[in-house]
Amino acid sequence: MSASTGMSQDLASYNFAYLDEQTKRMIRRAILKAIAIPGYQVPFASREMPMPYGWGTGGVQVTASIIGPDDTLKVIDQGADDTTNAVSIRAFFQKVANVAVTTRTRDASIIQTRHRIPEEKLTEGQVLVYQVPIPEPLRFLEPRETETRKMHALEEYGLMHVKLYEDIARHGHIATTYAYPVLVAGRYVMDPSPTPKFDNPKMDMSEALQLFGAGREKRIYAIPPHTKVVSLDFEDHPFEIQHFDEPCALCAAEGVYLDEVILDDRGGRMFVCSDTDHCEERRAAGHRGRLSAEEAYTGREDAIRETAR
Amino acid sequence: MTMAQFDTQAVSGGFTDPVFEAQAAFRALMDASARPGTIHDLPAGLAPPAPLGAGSGAVMLALCDPDTPVWLAEALRGEAVSAWIAFQCGAPIVGDGASAAFAFAAANDMPALSALSAGTQEYPDRATTLVVEVEAFEGGEEIMIEGPGILGRSRIAPMGLPHSFLNERAGNRALFPRGVDVVLVCGSRVMALPRSTVLSRKSEQEAN
Ligand SMILES: [Zn+2]
Repeated sequence: MSASTGMSQDLASYNFAYLDEQTKRMIRRAILKAIAIPGYQVPFASREMPMPYGWGTGGVQVTASIIGPDDTLKVIDQGADDTTNAVSIRAFFQKVANVAVTTRTRDASIIQTRHRIPEEKLTEGQVLVYQVPIPEPLRFLEPRETETRKMHALEEYGLMHVKLYEDIARHGHIATTYAYPVLVAGRYVMDPSPTPKFDNPKMDMSEALQLFGAGREKRIYAIPPHTKVVSLDFEDHPFEIQHFDEPCALCAAEGVYLDEVILDDRGGRMFVCSDTDHCEERRAAGHRGRLSAEEAYTGREDAIRETAR
Repeated sequence: MTMAQFDTQAVSGGFTDPVFEAQAAFRALMDASARPGTIHDLPAGLAPPAPLGAGSGAVMLALCDPDTPVWLAEALRGEAVSAWIAFQCGAPIVGDGASAAFAFAAANDMPALSALSAGTQEYPDRATTLVVEVEAFEGGEEIMIEGPGILGRSRIAPMGLPHSFLNERAGNRALFPRGVDVVLVCGSRVMALPRSTVLSRKSEQEAN
């Protein structure tokens, strides 16, 4: 889809936040049940949205059902506010719900995300909405929905542990780095969506409400604030997050998730914050990384070109 | 009931701005459910026929529709209330609590939680939400609550709940992940006690 042009044609006439009231009520009921049963996947009747499934229609439907005129929305994709996906979803809600938008984590009341949790600690009153492609953590072990449902019902999670242990046997450690399964409130094993396992600890005892929407698979699930979220592991192989050998090349942040950026075809590369808002705020506060001088130089060049025009 | 009564009562007293008031009511319920025991404001100004309260009315219009069977406590089973529900949200009224998605009652007229649906082990979401009007959110017996959404423990003291409520809730909690979710309303304010919340008497805890 050609992003915003395709969307605006479909939106000639629309309801507030796009969805009709009956659909919103149905999704709202599902969200309340999801909150009451942390980590349990509530089925819902997913609607067609004016964007393909890969674009996060589950997250979009959850956001559309909770958003109101007083909200401020932030949308991130792989930690960045400026990808086509993030920009289009933000523009969609500006148009259909006329809400304020922001890129600053702390200014947002609702943050819709794909693949990352912001580095900045979320606070009470914020809602994090995840776009989920595959909500069922047991799907790779058992393709039949009737069987996975039974396994959740009986709290039969042995297969999941076997799978993780096979990793250890094969690689010497648990090789799963994305969508690393968690146990929510001591009861349901849940897929945190394809966030890096680096972000798993941020889900634990978060002050924010976390909602998960899977459009194609028609599931909504939730983690209330102040809820225990434990990454599955073994006594002799405890859960560990990724570590990076160097700080962010632009803002020198340590202990954050970094993306590798290829600089040239001679093998030049740098590691920078995946959370663009976090990186920008740090640089605005005066933090400088290894390559920030060059970046500042490029920035100045751009400024000179602007002036010359 | 005369036709005149139907016209004036059934068609009035709902949301004046349904889209935004339903969203506001839902957000109050969502925040209340995410943080059990905290009190949130529902849209004010609803005037359902007595004895259905404004808060219960707001919850009903935000969440109920032809897809959600509604059970009413004895005191609410008048024609005026039924006509209001039929006109305002179209929810079917059922006599069997176990088949209801939502149940409405006053604290002194509460159904047994076991008479409502707790869902199934495989579909625990198919459970009744019980909306109870209490006399006040303070002044009742002190209850300690803990569970998801609550940092440590917190205290509530809703007034007017039957003495059996805590025992019933303990039985309900033992069914987890099955269970009835409870929403308390007072005037136009709301507090939620989802099934995940563990309740205990403050006096009993001090004794331990
Ligand atoms: Zn950085």
